[in-house]
Amino acid sequence: MLAWTIYITFIGVLVLMLLPRDNARAARIVALLTAVLGCAVAFVGAIQQTNPGEVTTIVKADWIPAIGAKYFLAADGISLVLVVLTGLAAVTGILFSWNIEKRTKEFFAFYLALIGGVYGVFLSFDVLLLFVFYELTIIPKYFLIARWGSTRKEYGAMKLALYSFVGSHLVLIGMIAAWVVAKGQLGHASLNLVELSQVAFPIAFQHWVFPLVFLGFAILAGLWPFHTWAPTGHVAAPTAGSMLLAGVVMKLGAYGCLRVAMLMFPEGVRMWQGEIACLAVGGIVYGAGVALVQKDFKFVIGYSSVSHMGFVLLGLATLNTIGLDGAVLQMFSHGIIAGLLFGVVGRMVYDRTHTRDFNDLEKMNVGKLLPFAGITFVIAGIASMGLPGFSGFVAELQVLMGAWAVFPKLTILSGIGIVVGVAYTLRAVQKGFYSDVPAEAPHHHHEHPLEPISLPEKVGAVMLIGASLVVGLFPGLLMNWIEPCFKSSLFKRLLEGGSL
Amino acid sequence: MIWIVKNLWLIPALPLVASGIIAVNKQPKRKLAAGLAIGSMVAAFLLSLCAFAATLGHHGGEHGAFREVFGFNWIQFGGQWMDLGWVLDPLTAIMLVMVTFVGTLIFIFSIGYMAHDQNFMRFFCFLALFASGMLGVVIANNLLLLFISWEIVGLTSYLLIGFWYHKPSAAAAAKKAFITTRIGDLGLLLGMVWLYAETGTLNFYDHGKGCLEASALSQMLAHATIGGLAVSTAIGLLIFLGAVGKSGQLPLHVWLPDAMEGPTPVSALIHAATMVAAGVFLVARVYPLMAAGALVGEHGAPVTTALTVVTWVGALTAIFAASIAVAQNDIKRILAYSTVSQLGYMMMGLGVGGVAVGMFHLITHAFFKALLFLGSASVIHGCHEEQDIRKMGGLKKYMPITFAVYAVGMLALSGFPLFFSGFWSKDEILHAAHGWSVSQIPFYLGCTGALLTAFYMTRQVALVFFGAYRGHEKESSHGHSAHSHSHSSESSHNHDPHESPAVMTVPLVILAGFAIVLGFVGTPAWPWFDGYLTGEAIKLDFSKLAETAGLMGISALIVISGLTLGWILYGNRQRKTAGEKDVIEAAVPAIFKVLQNKYYVDEFYDATVIRFNAFAAWFCDFADQWIFGGLVLIVKYITIGLAWLYKFTDEYFVNLGFDVGCDSLRQSGKGLSHLHAGRVQTYLRIIGVALVALILFLIWGHKP
Repeated sequence: MLAWTIYITFIGVLVLMLLPRDNARAARIVALLTAVLGCAVAFVGAIQQTNPGEVTTIVKADWIPAIGAKYFLAADGISLVLVVLTGLAAVTGILFSWNIEKRTKEFFAFYLALIGGVYGVFLSFDVLLLFVFYELTIIPKYFLIARWGSTRKEYGAMKLALYSFVGSHLVLIGMIAAWVVAKGQLGHASLNLVELSQVAFPIAFQHWVFPLVFLGFAILAGLWPFHTWAPTGHVAAPTAGSMLLAGVVMKLGAYGCLRVAMLMFPEGVRMWQGEIACLAVGGIVYGAGVALVQKDFKFVIGYSSVSHMGFVLLGLATLNTIGLDGAVLQMFSHGIIAGLLFGVVGRMVYDRTHTRDFNDLEKMNVGKLLPFAGITFVIAGIASMGLPGFSGFVAELQVLMGAWAVFPKLTILSGIGIVVGVAYTLRAVQKGFYSDVPAEAPHHHHEHPLEPISLPEKVGAVMLIGASLVVGLFPGLLMNWIEPCFKSSLFKRLLEGGSL
Repeated sequence: MIWIVKNLWLIPALPLVASGIIAVNKQPKRKLAAGLAIGSMVAAFLLSLCAFAATLGHHGGEHGAFREVFGFNWIQFGGQWMDLGWVLDPLTAIMLVMVTFVGTLIFIFSIGYMAHDQNFMRFFCFLALFASGMLGVVIANNLLLLFISWEIVGLTSYLLIGFWYHKPSAAAAAKKAFITTRIGDLGLLLGMVWLYAETGTLNFYDHGKGCLEASALSQMLAHATIGGLAVSTAIGLLIFLGAVGKSGQLPLHVWLPDAMEGPTPVSALIHAATMVAAGVFLVARVYPLMAAGALVGEHGAPVTTALTVVTWVGALTAIFAASIAVAQNDIKRILAYSTVSQLGYMMMGLGVGGVAVGMFHLITHAFFKALLFLGSASVIHGCHEEQDIRKMGGLKKYMPITFAVYAVGMLALSGFPLFFSGFWSKDEILHAAHGWSVSQIPFYLGCTGALLTAFYMTRQVALVFFGAYRGHEKESSHGHSAHSHSHSSESSHNHDPHESPAVMTVPLVILAGFAIVLGFVGTPAWPWFDGYLTGEAIKLDFSKLAETAGLMGISALIVISGLTLGWILYGNRQRKTAGEKDVIEAAVPAIFKVLQNKYYVDEFYDATVIRFNAFAAWFCDFADQWIFGGLVLIVKYITIGLAWLYKFTDEYFVNLGFDVGCDSLRQSGKGLSHLHAGRVQTYLRIIGVALVALILFLIWGHKP
């Protein structure tokens, strides 16, 4: 059932390609239908999965027998959470790009291709297949930014592609090395993740190969100091692009870290756990600091993403159940909240005011002109600050609780990030929406009244706020999927250690 | 389990629902908004009374004070269930009654005060949400639920301080308040995380398994951490940091005076009666943690490192803020600093005397400070939004009711002997401080603070209500209606101050009544309050009064001398004009300036913390653009450079080589074709030569 998320999305791409070039309306509707269908399948499939703790096979067929590669799709609770996230992000992203007029058809084709690849990564349990889907997402990302982007779009797209490819190459090298060693130990060639996660790779081998693979994926998760693709990429991307980049693409990286690097090389993680935690906290504090002095509204959100993803990586580095629970929940939470923030800034504000510069926005009193945008941003900001009631709180709290047991000093340090997080969010709220600078030219916006917030935007915003609230108030909904995973045999070696 | 314990959640839920309904109503429906908010508060108040009744009558029982808990599972954290729940004990009950009662009065008062505001609906929505958060803090039996409600309180406080966000000062104050309290909250959060790591539970009371109960406490005492502190002490101090932020204690007090930018009923509700008291309440709630492992002092009050810190912070805050209040001219700012100072007393009371001592002052203070704030709101309203006491004067004549109740509030705050609640509650703190075994300094600080309190309150009342009205100067200088935007229609005819409507004065009168009578539930002769909280039997015993008479006399003397001094300096010699120098300013200008500028703490923070933070943020940004971004650019240019190099080599070496290669191939082809002419002798000759060469190579070339 869940495999249809991938197929439906790629069928959508095909249908879009067959549409006449100038029918933007049809393209939008096809894209939305595809995304809604995919999202629905994701939800139903996820709910139907009776045992989220175990890896449930969806499809398993030979692919390249010579190297042991299989077309192996499966899901456990972690996949479920992220597939549902992807479904939500896909639908809301389309709602927030309803106004794309330039080559609408191609835009949505690339958009859906990216989504399809993301679904693929979250459902692959064959390392090579996962890698192929992972690579597949880079190309649409590049074109989405380079063609439909804004500020320094070529630079942003180039930087993103460059970082992504460097990361992929590290992963590829590690993958080949692991394949060779595993073949020696298993007696047959295998790329099956479940199998590989039981192989006892020699410690010396794990010591060098783990950082390669982990770093390769973590670059995409915005690991400090390899994060700089993220803010520039987010800023350059069109609204839906930033929503997807922050919402799901960064999760690909974090997911790869957990699913491939950490699962295959548990001893490697233990050797490098302190370093990872340091970099993660570095990202939390640093991202928040940089966000505080930005003049471009989107850069604030871009850097806040780096800061929030730091919590995911910190949670991963804890290697205890509560920290990992928090990390996965934070992936979901950040996907929703960052998507919402980018939606407000990119679509609701920038597309109407044509500026993201705080100095200009301060004079416009956007909160009065677009009350819906203002209120949405305030709510999103509250969620982003990690205030209780929203998903971020439960996620970050668990990460902190997990981290306290292992790195108490780093946990305290990460608190600076939390406080600065409040500061940059409030600054953005006040400068962006409720400014105190009197309008210099009050006639300015009387002449060009801003177009009111459209229905698709409202629906998208309400969906995302709702998702964050529901998870914040009833975290059990997702925790029931995540929690059993870390108790399963798959993660036993990672969490309990002593396998070698 | 009695029904009220099970349904205690209704108390915070009612205002929450009211707030939600107000929020989703688009059309301005003022009556609905006010009705819902007040109705929910009244209902919550009635429920609180039921809860209060349930806790009564347990004096001298064998199990001590009444305590029942109710919990439910919320989520699984790393395989363990995290509960949320509530507790009903005297501490909860007394706070519930106070918050809902004072809250209801403030809500009613707000109808009058905010009557002309455009965003009346929004105001009541936020107020109700605030009340809900505050009541959540009070009933929580779980540090997590407490933290959640605590954050709702912080958030609504931000929204309410910044309610008039078009005023730059209000927007800045709101931001400052949120960030400063958030620093404290970080301590609370870390304390919570640590507590969970140590005890595996965040429930306060859980039939022996809670983190405030004996087994968990002794477990935490056994562990030592940095500097030899017991873990319980370290956690207690982190939690105390949260209280410091919320309750405006040193060094995080800076937000509270600025928060006066919000509408005055908000100041009354949030910054006098409830929210700032949440910090004190928190310390009272986790008091067993703070007092864990105490060497019991001679008067029975426990002494621990955590409580010593609480005492010192409280005592220093009390004197520090009181001295600043002496030199302020804004009617609300004086009250704000007085609040900071009184919160210091409460903390000190908790530290030296235990829960009952601190909480008693909290309750009495809530009433008389709400009274003073609402009174000042009435004054501000009557004086057309003027807040500078130098521009008031003589209001006694124009606003008799306000004057009468304000005087009650002022005497209660000053601690006027015997008839006012402030006297009894403050006296209890000073009494406990006198008996504190660690040091006598807090006692002297407290006494000096009491002197200053009486002095600055007299100064304020003398300037506001006595003498002649000085407000007319304002109108001649910068025209009328400069500040009175909201109600210009009635006031433009009459520039004299006017008395406020009944909807505003009735709550004031009720509060004034309580400001007097509340004191009598905690006199040394009949310490009902003490007994109620601890569950010990009490009886009327006038001989106790005689024991403490000496201290009471000293305290009364201090208060009266403060009042007299204030009256001599400000009441007797009324200033003639608003622009005139203050008496103290004329006498000791240097000291006055330091006080007026609040010891330059804000400036100090600006120059250190904020500047450092800005620098760090700027540096990170710089690094991102030029170091990390630069790396990418370098890679880019190297790649482009390499590409040029490749192109160059392609054209001049590879291509050239190719061409040359082709040529030479052709040439050699010619040569080879020459060789391949089928002359067998030549072949043989070549093979022979090659063979010889090979043999020679093998002979000499492989010599090791």
